Amino acid sequence: MAFNKDSVSGTIKVALIVCVVCSIFISSAAVILKPFQVENKILDRNMNILIAAGMYDPALNSQAEINSLFAEFTPRIVDLNSGSFMTDEQLNELGIDVQSYDDRSVLSDPDFSDALPEEDDIADLKRRVRYATVYLVEAADGSLQNIVLPVSGYGLWGTMYGYLALEGDGNTVTGIGFYDHKETPGLGGEITNPRWKALWPGKQIFDANSDVALRIVKGNGSGVHEVDGLSGASLTTRGVGNLIEFWMGPNGFGPFLTNVKQG
Amino acid sequence: MSSAVKAVLTKPIIAENPITMQILGICSSLAVTTSLNVAVVMCVALTVVTGFSNFFISLVRNYMPSSIRIIIQMAIISALVIAVDQLLQAFAYEISKQLSVFVGLIITNCIVMGRAEAFAMKNPPVVSFMDGIGNGLGYSIILLLLATIRELFGSGSLFGMEILPLVANGGWYQPNGLMLLAPSAFFIIGFVIWIVRTKRTEQMEKSEFRLAAHTIQEAAH
Repeated sequence: MAFNKDSVSGTIKVALIVCVVCSIFISSAAVILKPFQVENKILDRNMNILIAAGMYDPALNSQAEINSLFAEFTPRIVDLNSGSFMTDEQLNELGIDVQSYDDRSVLSDPDFSDALPEEDDIADLKRRVRYATVYLVEAADGSLQNIVLPVSGYGLWGTMYGYLALEGDGNTVTGIGFYDHKETPGLGGEITNPRWKALWPGKQIFDANSDVALRIVKGNGSGVHEVDGLSGASLTTRGVGNLIEFWMGPNGFGPFLTNVKQG
Repeated sequence: MSSAVKAVLTKPIIAENPITMQILGICSSLAVTTSLNVAVVMCVALTVVTGFSNFFISLVRNYMPSSIRIIIQMAIISALVIAVDQLLQAFAYEISKQLSVFVGLIITNCIVMGRAEAFAMKNPPVVSFMDGIGNGLGYSIILLLLATIRELFGSGSLFGMEILPLVANGGWYQPNGLMLLAPSAFFIIGFVIWIVRTKRTEQMEKSEFRLAAHTIQEAAH
């Protein structure tokens, strides 16, 4: 019997063969290239930590320097509920390895994260990790110079992930950087624009009463507690504001920063 | 290379350019031409995809049931585009972040589908491959022209290197912000089409109808 491509069985056969061949092709491409992509993502994340801390400028530094610069950071795990560093015993007990622990991948694991009650969920995150990785830089005299905190919050289209770097006082902003977001290119996507990020250094998170006072405002922000919002991106900007309010507040790094301030 | 194959390769570059003559692929040419770096990668990606999708579609054209032929074309094109996207993420991560969705959108680029349906379905693989590459090059020429004009006048630079010193950096050039917005690409494409069609009058479209002379006397008021 000759093969009739336009018969019902012929159509189904051809469709099946095409599907199988295409899927094998795509999955092998994905599997073979995965290690390179993961490496790029980690490099990109480290670069964003460095940019947030003001230690790296894409215009001046080369990619090759990322790893050596990043070596100055000491990653530590913070228990968000108590606000203190976790000891090695606690980490061993939980099976956390500081170098490979990934805050984002444990977000769905009930042993490592909690659902947020709606009234506390300012940044629309649904869940929050119990233990977060923070990156510390120590000055030559051993005092704390920079703290880089992972932050995330819902923007307009999806969750924005980034880093907020503070000075050793736990109050003054050194910089902010987002490494993963789904905001509209050219509008909300401008959260990655160096010119907008340049508005952040020097701003202060807390007021005299230790309440979160940093706000994103319309028009030129004045004073140390106001940052000018992005025009054409009100919802993204609100998302960034909520993210600051949440992560600096009592359910985020608030307790940890209080401990930092008390030394 | 025989002259027929050569014609298939070179004709789409100016004479039958997919953008200026066929007015296809406008969407992505607006979006990815604000800087030359990004435009070059997009051009390479699209040319590769058009070439190979034409090749593979032509290879299986005699086995394609006519009722699902568009779906099969889409499956082949999407597989190629996903592979290109994965490659970019692995080896050109920065640029793949800037191109974001536009690599994925090559799937719906009218040039790829158009060439598959119009050419590859009727011609043998090698000629189809050449046709795909030719159309990709035609698209690339316009994209690179756009990107050169837009980056030069919009950011005062080419390939990220400063050419016209900006006022913001202490120079004399006040960048034209419109060049970085999508409408400027429309204007430039419009001018390019105007120039090409003035030189090559055969590309001008005939008017679809002429207004007839007015023949009925108006009733006197």
